[in-house]
Amino acid sequence: MNKTANSKAWLFVIPMVVLVAFNALIPLMTVVNYSVQETFGDNVFFWEGMKWFEQVLRSDRFHESFLRQFAFTGMILLIEIPLGILVALSMPRKGPWVSVCLVLMALPLLIPWNVVGAMWNIFALPDTGLLGRMINGLGIHYNFTQGPVAAWATTVVMDVWHWTSLVVLLAYAGLCSIPEAYYQAAKIDGASAWAVFRHIQLPKMKRVLTIAILLRFMDSFMIYTEPFVLTGGGPGNTTTFLSIDLVKIALGQFDLGPAAAMSLIYFLIVLLVCWIFYTLMMRGEAK
Amino acid sequence: MAEIKLRQVRHSYLRDHRKEEDWALKELNAVWQDGTAYALLGPSGCGKTTLLNIISGLITPTEGRVLFDDRDVTDTPTGERHIAQVFQFPVVYDTMTVYDNLAFPLRNRGMDSARVSARVGEISRMLDLDSMLSQKAYGLTADGKQKISLGRGLVREDVNIIMFDEPLTVIDPHLKWQLRSKLKELHQRVGVTMIYVTHDQTEALTFADQVVVIYEGTVVQVGTPVELFEKPQHTFVGHFIGSPGMNLLPCSAADGATVFSGIPVQTTNAHKFKTNGRRMELGIRPEFIRFDNSGFEVEIVKVDDLGRYQLVETRRAENTIKMILAEGTSIPAERPRIAFDPKHTWLYADGWAVS
Repeated sequence: MNKTANSKAWLFVIPMVVLVAFNALIPLMTVVNYSVQETFGDNVFFWEGMKWFEQVLRSDRFHESFLRQFAFTGMILLIEIPLGILVALSMPRKGPWVSVCLVLMALPLLIPWNVVGAMWNIFALPDTGLLGRMINGLGIHYNFTQGPVAAWATTVVMDVWHWTSLVVLLAYAGLCSIPEAYYQAAKIDGASAWAVFRHIQLPKMKRVLTIAILLRFMDSFMIYTEPFVLTGGGPGNTTTFLSIDLVKIALGQFDLGPAAAMSLIYFLIVLLVCWIFYTLMMRGEAK
Repeated sequence: MAEIKLRQVRHSYLRDHRKEEDWALKELNAVWQDGTAYALLGPSGCGKTTLLNIISGLITPTEGRVLFDDRDVTDTPTGERHIAQVFQFPVVYDTMTVYDNLAFPLRNRGMDSARVSARVGEISRMLDLDSMLSQKAYGLTADGKQKISLGRGLVREDVNIIMFDEPLTVIDPHLKWQLRSKLKELHQRVGVTMIYVTHDQTEALTFADQVVVIYEGTVVQVGTPVELFEKPQHTFVGHFIGSPGMNLLPCSAADGATVFSGIPVQTTNAHKFKTNGRRMELGIRPEFIRFDNSGFEVEIVKVDDLGRYQLVETRRAENTIKMILAEGTSIPAERPRIAFDPKHTWLYADGWAVS
């Protein structure tokens, strides 16, 4: 096909370029700008090169919050994906209960992040919260403001409560798109419930599950509000995830250079993991 | 292999089924003889698929019993009935290869891998799938996938019956014919009972030894293709089978004399018969009408020359009568008169042939 050269056409792209520039490129470039310079205010900058990047990458503090972040994301993915599939499988596929289940499932998704954090904070307080008192009443010592294990457990449970619904809804949509004939054929072929899951349901849900895993990875990797409201990153630094740490450096200590370098590294990690994940999934699809 | 009997089976999808029209399948007694090829023929929504699913056990009938060789299987789950079913839309297990697809029903039943491989090899050769055994089933064409569905049924040695639910719907026209003759060939080779659901009379008549015609949830006739053509027991059979279908003309009947439009007509099935307020119709296939000076007068509406035969549309009063004449038969230009062949003229009361 011959392409027609028409440079005037570029004019139509300009509004989009301006828009993208203002909401993405310019803010990002400011961060890049901070990440290679030192400032003491008054718009005076000194060139520092790769110093901040080296400092961040070598700091134990970054390594620790990075590990915490990976542990957290891994944990919630390992819980939410199987749990979401399980709930979706047990939901009715027709009848009056479908809409009831769907609304119940959607409820946690509609609650703002900070409200979720506040809710769980009050709910889990060891002396006044319903959950906290119940657990202590069972004879288990539980105080999420002091015990690291309790703080982690509470944060993970809170995230599972908030976000499993998303996985459920996506998996449910995948299940609903399977024609009845597949189940009938499986019955005729004498397939067990496990074989139906393994060879019909799981392959048909693959696409939506890919999306679910990607969304949950990105969201949980950038989690900030809920743990911030619930534990404030404590006790000590035990629930200080990457974004909480980043805000502490940027706004708490006002170290703009290291904070900028850290956010760029952070951004590249998210991008890299998503890219690897997506490529692997797509390669599987092509086969 | 088994003889399959349905005893007073009926089915309704509604919880409340007091009215006659609430039944998707009306009371049915039927015997499916071992090794015969059947076709279930009827328009969409007439209860064909319901009947099929009752035999396979995907549906438990509201009333009645299903017997395989006198063993009551009404409450036996599908997987234990040893039946195979091919659906309208091809069902293959996407993530598996063609080989694994064919082996799946055998592995589920715990067969050892040497026998699985022997069976799969045999069936894949029979279906011309042996060159693509290692391919993913996902990428196959619709007819290839349909062959796999069929193969998953054939691969089991203990299969009692194979059922096809409009299996050629999504197949390209030029492949339909091929796949249909393949089915016919397989039936002759394997000798297993087959039931083929379709709304296409050509498919039904070319495939089956016995055709079961269903209309509004009732089996209206069971017979060979020739019987359905020559002795239609219901007006639906008359006009659904044949192209064009049977002429159906309103008439009156009293004590063996059937009168259509003022003319007494001889029929093959009515000798002493009373109307008793029922709706009477005269049925005659277009093939059994000829021009005859001893007959009654009609008006010719149009003549279509269709190559091998001529289709003549005539009219008497407000009734259209179609007739099929051999190529080259001359058509009288003035005052044409036609006559019905009494051996092939039928009298129907409320749709059913009188006896």
